[in-house]
Amino acid sequence: MAPVVDTLRLTAEDAQGLLERKEVSPAELRAAYLEAISERDGELHCFLRTTDKVAEQGVPVALKDVISTKGVETTAGSRILSGYVPVFDATVAARVKGAGLALLGKTNTDEFAMGSSTENSAFGPSRNPWDPTRVPGGSGGGSAAAVSAGLAPWALGSDTGGSIKQPSALCGNVGLRPTYGTVSRYGIVAFASSLDQIGPVAKTVRDVALLYSIVAGRDPADSTTAELPEPVRLPTADSLDGVRIGVPTELNEAEGIEPGVREAVRRALELSEQLGAVVEECSLPRSVRYGLPCYYLIAPAEASSNLARYDGVRYGPRAEGSSYQETVDRTRDEGFGDEPKRRIMLGTYALSAGYYDAFYGQAQKVRTLIIEEHREALARFDVLACPTSPTVAFPIGERAADPLAMYASDLLTIPSCLAGLPGLSIPCGLSEGLPVGLQLIGPQFGENRVFEVAHALEQALAFDTVPERLR
Amino acid sequence: MTWEPIIGLEIHVQLKTRTKMFCRCPVGFGAGENTRTCPVCLGFPGALPVPNRTAIEWTILLGLALGCEIPARAEFSRKNYFYPDLPKGYQISQYDRPSCVNGKMILPTGEGDRVIGIVRAHLEEDAAKTIHVGGRTGRIGGADYSLVDYNRGGTPLIEIVTAPDLRSSEEAKRFLQLLRQTIVELGVSDAEMEKGTLRVDANVSVRPAGSDELRTRTELKNMNSFNFVARGIEAELARQVAVWESGSEVEQETYDFDAATGALTARRAKEEADDYRYFPEPDLVPVEPSAELVERLRERLPELPGARIRRIEARLDLERATVLVTGGLDALWEDTVAEGAEAVAAANVIANNVVGAGIGPAGVPARELARLVEARDRLPRTTFDEAVSRLGEPGFSADPYLEQEAVSDADELGPVVARVLEASPGQVEAYRNGKEGLLGYFVGQVLKETQGKANPRVVSELVREKLRAS
Repeated sequence: MAPVVDTLRLTAEDAQGLLERKEVSPAELRAAYLEAISERDGELHCFLRTTDKVAEQGVPVALKDVISTKGVETTAGSRILSGYVPVFDATVAARVKGAGLALLGKTNTDEFAMGSSTENSAFGPSRNPWDPTRVPGGSGGGSAAAVSAGLAPWALGSDTGGSIKQPSALCGNVGLRPTYGTVSRYGIVAFASSLDQIGPVAKTVRDVALLYSIVAGRDPADSTTAELPEPVRLPTADSLDGVRIGVPTELNEAEGIEPGVREAVRRALELSEQLGAVVEECSLPRSVRYGLPCYYLIAPAEASSNLARYDGVRYGPRAEGSSYQETVDRTRDEGFGDEPKRRIMLGTYALSAGYYDAFYGQAQKVRTLIIEEHREALARFDVLACPTSPTVAFPIGERAADPLAMYASDLLTIPSCLAGLPGLSIPCGLSEGLPVGLQLIGPQFGENRVFEVAHALEQALAFDTVPERLR
Repeated sequence: MTWEPIIGLEIHVQLKTRTKMFCRCPVGFGAGENTRTCPVCLGFPGALPVPNRTAIEWTILLGLALGCEIPARAEFSRKNYFYPDLPKGYQISQYDRPSCVNGKMILPTGEGDRVIGIVRAHLEEDAAKTIHVGGRTGRIGGADYSLVDYNRGGTPLIEIVTAPDLRSSEEAKRFLQLLRQTIVELGVSDAEMEKGTLRVDANVSVRPAGSDELRTRTELKNMNSFNFVARGIEAELARQVAVWESGSEVEQETYDFDAATGALTARRAKEEADDYRYFPEPDLVPVEPSAELVERLRERLPELPGARIRRIEARLDLERATVLVTGGLDALWEDTVAEGAEAVAAANVIANNVVGAGIGPAGVPARELARLVEARDRLPRTTFDEAVSRLGEPGFSADPYLEQEAVSDADELGPVVARVLEASPGQVEAYRNGKEGLLGYFVGQVLKETQGKANPRVVSELVREKLRAS
């Protein structure tokens, strides 16, 4: 039986319409995605596992494997959690189920969301649907690639320093990292608690806004969440009249930005002006200069503590030793891959007595400056714009052996993550046949504004999110 | 040379909140192992802490009772270390921003008030309970296997740190009694050392009397009663004095006190210094109690035990006042005196007879007790004891007991006294040689002969008279 829908082009909003009008049944819709998965995921490896039967009858959804799903194995891409089946749903998993969304499966991720390519997954890398020799970005490469390849209409990812935005840019779709504290982290396998945020990936800005509206809002189980000051609005704007767009020089002219990326972003900004926006340069001097080092102190410090619970005592595989200490040592040695080990060591060092003030303490002060700097810029502008990633998707293996080169992939996404601000990546063109992402950064709780701007641009850009080789 | 002891205490108090500090598992004893657990207190991936409001309020309440300042902003931190009793690999604890700072407790003594500084009181979560099976040390290294019960893990715990202001083991004990009573009266903990809901570590050093130097201190752990605390400190003070006087130096060490032998055992020195890598807990927001909340809690404070000791002392004496207040007996005493009983007699009966009979003060009718106290000397001892033992029974009345008069007739008691003295020539000899404590023995024998019906005061006079005469 031929699929009743073309999952490559179907948006979540359209899928919902088909279900509401009973033009397709929930089972047919699900079957279409499962067939797409069986057809293309052998090559792309977006999913770590798919789910057999689910009660929900709504639009299917994929969840990054750092999101706890009751009764469904959740590994965070790590051997140390292989076989771990949560006894509870993460709040976001419960909310998507509560909204009737049907879980399709769990998507691949760099181990503990640490990485920018999914090459750090203990279960093998995912591949970019535009060019399977290239990475889909990371850590949420599985979710982003699945959406672009028509394997899921939308997905949830997690973003610590760019893990939603950067893969969306590299795979040519829309990804939102929301304002810190708007989406519950309860049940998310923690990487760096003060930075981790859950957010949606989809083909359109409206789909992203819709999924965001389902998962956002205060959660009593996460003390760091806040109530949204206003309800999420699905964007309709097609003009940018009166919108002030700030273009931070440092984020647009940073070393390492490929010419093709710069060109695509420049054209998108020109288009913005044609749509009525006022586009002006501005400056975030400390954000690029100090953002990356600041992030690579704070995130590993928190990670070193968050990953301390994986000791093989209560869950997950255990490598028996002759004593408690040896058992823990062996379990962690065998269970963790190189990147978590590297970050645990970095973070332990940054928090150690005698080093705390110079490293973690200093990084927190710098973070405060970066927050201030963004606040000042966003007092003058509605949104800030820059490339999401300095480069298009890079070949698998190119940066795997060079952690610093890999870390630089997040140079442009990290500053606003440190500032806790919403950032959205939309595809704005191609460079050498590969998608380029435009990053729009809004003020705290400014998601609605970002959606409006992004939606107007999206309409004007008319980017085809279906990878050329799959059309 | 005389040596001055310098003692500071660290006291852990397990709160009796209904639920744990960061999850909604019930707190309490007696449930099957690992049945009071959830993803949060087992440290499952993604589980997040949500603070217990009551525990925070009780910490502030206790802080206020200890005269502390309540900072407008407190913060939880993570204390990182690996141990199976700590499922997350870190303990959530207030660190450099505790809820209560700069307090003091007034300790009434015979030489006036002693002011004991309270450096801080902070809130944290308790660790789980571990049992190490096999091996000689009782520690995890070398054990055949270890068992963990996570029921206790995550119970709210307040840590109180005193300044090194205590100057003797006796003072430390009195401080602890007063502190414990304060905690119990606030209703925040049962504070029972035997059950581990109150735990005390002592930091001990000595210095030459008159100097103001601070010498190396040692830490004492595992003392599970106030008496053991006093004995442990006493033993450590003696050891340190001996070390200094032998020309050696006291080393910074941690000792376990063995109640059975009274011995102190040094813990094996750690191979490396502790580095807990504290940093602010990013899963929680700061604790910012409003001024209104702090004032509301301040208004809830009852008259504190130290103040009550001073007030009651004026009508009794320090020792009796202390016993009544730290035993939670002073309210009954006040009521009994108000019903007409004489103050000292009432204190003695309550502290000795009522407590001795195992009766809690709450259910005792003060009016009936006052009548018994008043009639004490007239009643046969057995009748009095019987009456006291029934004080706690509902609807108790002293009437039936008051009808029984003790035998006070010297003519009737005289022969009995004579018989007892004749039967105990050795004791009579000893008494005459100055062992006057034997008076009680003779009185006891007479009471026994009369089946408790004799008036002990009259008997006592008769015995003394007879021993003087012959």
